[in-house]
Amino acid sequence: MKTTMTTAEYARRIREEAVQMVARANASHIGGALSMADIVAVLYHDILSIDPATPSLDTRDRLILSKGHCCTALYAALALKGFFPVEELATFGQNNSRLMAHISHKIPGVEFSTGSLGHGLPFGLGKALAAKRRAQVWRVFVILSDGELDEGSNWESILYAPQHGLDNLVAIVDYNKVQSLGAVKDVADLHPLAEKFRSFNWNVREVDGHDHAMIRGELLSLPWQPGRPSCLIAHTVKGKGINFMENQLKWHYSSPKGNELTDSLAQLRTQQ
Amino acid sequence: MRTAFIQEIIIQARLRPEIFLTVGDLGYSVVEPFAQEFPNCYLNAGVAEQNMTGLAAGLASEGYHVFTYSIANFPTFRCAEQIRNDIAYHNLPVTIVAVGGGLAYGNLGYSHHAVQDYALLRTFPNMLIAAPGDPAETRACLRYLVAAPRPSYLRLGKAGEPAVHLADPKVVEGKLIPVIPTQPRNPANKLILTTGATLKLAHDALLAKPYPDWQLCSLPLWSENSKPHVAEALRPYDAILTVEDHLHAGGFGSYIREALDSAGIQKPVRHIALSETVCGLVADQATLNDKGGLNISAIHRAMSVLSHQGAPN
Repeated sequence: MKTTMTTAEYARRIREEAVQMVARANASHIGGALSMADIVAVLYHDILSIDPATPSLDTRDRLILSKGHCCTALYAALALKGFFPVEELATFGQNNSRLMAHISHKIPGVEFSTGSLGHGLPFGLGKALAAKRRAQVWRVFVILSDGELDEGSNWESILYAPQHGLDNLVAIVDYNKVQSLGAVKDVADLHPLAEKFRSFNWNVREVDGHDHAMIRGELLSLPWQPGRPSCLIAHTVKGKGINFMENQLKWHYSSPKGNELTDSLAQLRTQQ
Repeated sequence: MRTAFIQEIIIQARLRPEIFLTVGDLGYSVVEPFAQEFPNCYLNAGVAEQNMTGLAAGLASEGYHVFTYSIANFPTFRCAEQIRNDIAYHNLPVTIVAVGGGLAYGNLGYSHHAVQDYALLRTFPNMLIAAPGDPAETRACLRYLVAAPRPSYLRLGKAGEPAVHLADPKVVEGKLIPVIPTQPRNPANKLILTTGATLKLAHDALLAKPYPDWQLCSLPLWSENSKPHVAEALRPYDAILTVEDHLHAGGFGSYIREALDSAGIQKPVRHIALSETVCGLVADQATLNDKGGLNISAIHRAMSVLSHQGAPN
């Protein structure tokens, strides 16, 4: 379903909402939300076949957010798309809010709750298998963080998905190069990540994860190879869009306060 | 029990196209008939229980009733978080099937001893424990599970377990199945209550001597939600002895105590369960059960103690 916004404006609005959500709730993980905002914007604007009016339609595409701690970007994307009122975003992280601080399947448009890492890809694999076994054509997209690829369960799925020809399964890695306690290369280096996936018989493409035309171009041409699952490695910047957050580990944890919030929103306004 | 399981699930799959069986590269000479008859609803997920359990949740979210099948602790402890988060929290219809419950694989060592599984599984919200006592209860439990699919754990023995029931009993979550005698009688005011494969041991213990005031019941289906029903079913008895092939900590006996306590029911209760001393020992099932304190003599001693303690409630 198309929105009247451009993807650039959609991504900017996602960032604005996400920053305000974490600020109000004094929540963490804004850096990873900002790094995946462009991916989510392109997916919901141009790629996913899903209608906010019928979010459980059997034929819809399924999106699984495996990096559930970065839920603010997805909550914002869904609200801006009409899955639930934008005003509800103000309740994020508050007592009794259904917008908990890891993605919740109790929200319209959310397929699966995550929070513990390494759960999204096996679950998505099962959905993709269900579609194949029933000869249905909908697709499953799973957004993963780079840090969560430390989890062995992902590699069980990466090994297994090609075995059953799941070309309806798309893994998107938000490769922002910074994980919870340091740079990915210093904790458990994933390089060469594309070669790892290829050696497991996935078809792999790499893009600038902030270049909407590149993301759109690759995802519109799915499946890239019949019988092979697809992996889009999106090279991104943690904290993208707010200069003092970019590539800074601190913003895996901190929420902007006072002048930081004012400055953040001012910077995002200039990106209109 | 595994033979009864595979025969019954084939019968059920002919009636219910939503039944899906996935195995963790185990089940040689057991699962082949299902795989051959229902290739589109069968999957060998390989030696990867986290992926198997996660994908089972994914399949279940699309309308399948998925059975994950493996040995002992592999489909439970290895992937405990997938059961907790993906299946139980999302309340998805996945039945985890473990072959080799208790010490059925005693000679294979501690890795294959499933003696802490009740303690793990029964704490997950929405989870139903199905621990049949013989092949007849296995068939009955499976029919119950497929009629109303939900997060569930089916704990099986191995193969060749003796039949205790003459016919398949009617099983209901939280409902006691009378075994000896098959109908309530007076004065049967003391109860041996078993779950799982210890039914035969308790059965033999009760038949070994005349115990006119004791009854034997099996409770193969139990859950957190069924505690009030279980407690009410236990209320008429003066004394209760639970028997299980699980460690004392967190097992069936603990569950019964919690159920009684929550209902405010006080009465003499004793438990026959496995001692931690079996952990690390290697022997056949009967030998390990005996070493762990799960034997007819222990049951008789506990009955004797309770016979002197039990008084009308």
